[in-house]
Amino acid sequence: MKKELRLTVNGQPYELYIKPKTLLVEALRDQLGLTGTKRGCNESACGACTVILNGMAVKSCSILALQADGGEVLTVEGLARGTELHPLQKAFLDYGAFQCGFCTPGMLMSATALLDENPKPTKEQIKEGIDGNICRCTGYNSIIRAVTAVVKGEYKEEK
Amino acid sequence: MIKDFKYLAPKTLKEALTLLDKYQDDCKVIAGGQSLLVLMRQGLVTPKYLIDIKGLSELSYIKSDTKGGLKIGALTTHREIEKSPKMRDGFVVLAEMENRLASIQTRNWGTIGGNLCHADPAGDPAPVLVALNAALRMASLNGERTMPVEDFCLDYFETALEHNELLTEIQVPAIPPYTGAAYTKFNVIESDLATVGVAVSVTLRSDDGICQDVRIALGAAAPTPIRAKKAEAVLRGKKITNNLIKEAGEIASTEAEPISDIYASAEYRRELIKVLVKRVGKEALARAKQA
Repeated sequence: MKKELRLTVNGQPYELYIKPKTLLVEALRDQLGLTGTKRGCNESACGACTVILNGMAVKSCSILALQADGGEVLTVEGLARGTELHPLQKAFLDYGAFQCGFCTPGMLMSATALLDENPKPTKEQIKEGIDGNICRCTGYNSIIRAVTAVVKGEYKEEK
Repeated sequence: MIKDFKYLAPKTLKEALTLLDKYQDDCKVIAGGQSLLVLMRQGLVTPKYLIDIKGLSELSYIKSDTKGGLKIGALTTHREIEKSPKMRDGFVVLAEMENRLASIQTRNWGTIGGNLCHADPAGDPAPVLVALNAALRMASLNGERTMPVEDFCLDYFETALEHNELLTEIQVPAIPPYTGAAYTKFNVIESDLATVGVAVSVTLRSDDGICQDVRIALGAAAPTPIRAKKAEAVLRGKKITNNLIKEAGEIASTEAEPISDIYASAEYRRELIKVLVKRVGKEALARAKQA
């Protein structure tokens, strides 16, 4: 039997009818068409499905969508302001912080959650902030450089 | 692929216990689901009813009790414990343990009670709670009971909870004076489970620094978290020296019954226990001297 789910995703309210076994990542990708959030390992290891739920980075493959009922979700699609990329997105581009790009949405969401909580993290804290996200191309250094650039104020967010 | 189930989200503990009492073996309780959903996806757990208690805010808290101990609600997330200002002095080992548990994402959603009830012998909280002599409170419609964390796990993924019971609270007693506790685990990737985890708590006598009490708990070393009681006996009542700690580690490794799996052979795990008991024991001792 399907259940009702109310979610606010990237500021937009949605009302869905889903099977209880639907995972948050499935609701976002398959029901709402927000395919920026990636389904990677599907077992809470790789972090590609990371989204921000009620202000916290979580792995959307390991949460039932119904557990997010009434919650606010931010996905990678919600980072940019119109055509203006988020400072982290700009930095990722400039610092070549991705190759295949599959881990990028998850990395961006983990980095966003980190900077929301601690705008001035040290290099060690940046590493800790993304240690739930696996990248198999870049070797992480370029990602850490990109986040560091934002922390240093190279990319001021335009209001 | 997860098998379909009927989803129930009780609003109160009482409602949850009523549902649990009604469905017993046909149901499974989900808290953060960080371990359970993996098992459900693999088809290893296929409940008819899933009782979602994640929303029971009455079970999410960290309080100090009147005797200087801590009471932690079963649905408190790992991240809340890690960041809590109450995790200071002797309790800092709990925050340190949580900081190394899985990834931030998992800690944000996963709960300490869920972790304990999952009863993976490689879990991080249980060895630390055993070393701190913590107890668990459980509730059912018939009433409540408490038991030491040490007795809670019966086998791999099996606990002492009855089918109609819910874990409600973790009770950590006050840390005695001149006590130090430490925990570490060996793992290849920081967000992995422990290949072996070791927690040690040492209490020294104030006048002469003799080891008055010691608890050594091992994770991923047997089907359940275990205490290395023979190793403890080596240290208890003595002035702890480096040689004595080394001996305790060697004895602890013989008390363990580790398995071989993709992460490590049983032999390698025994070697790790020797090294980690020595390392963590020294750290706990240093902390006890400063306490």
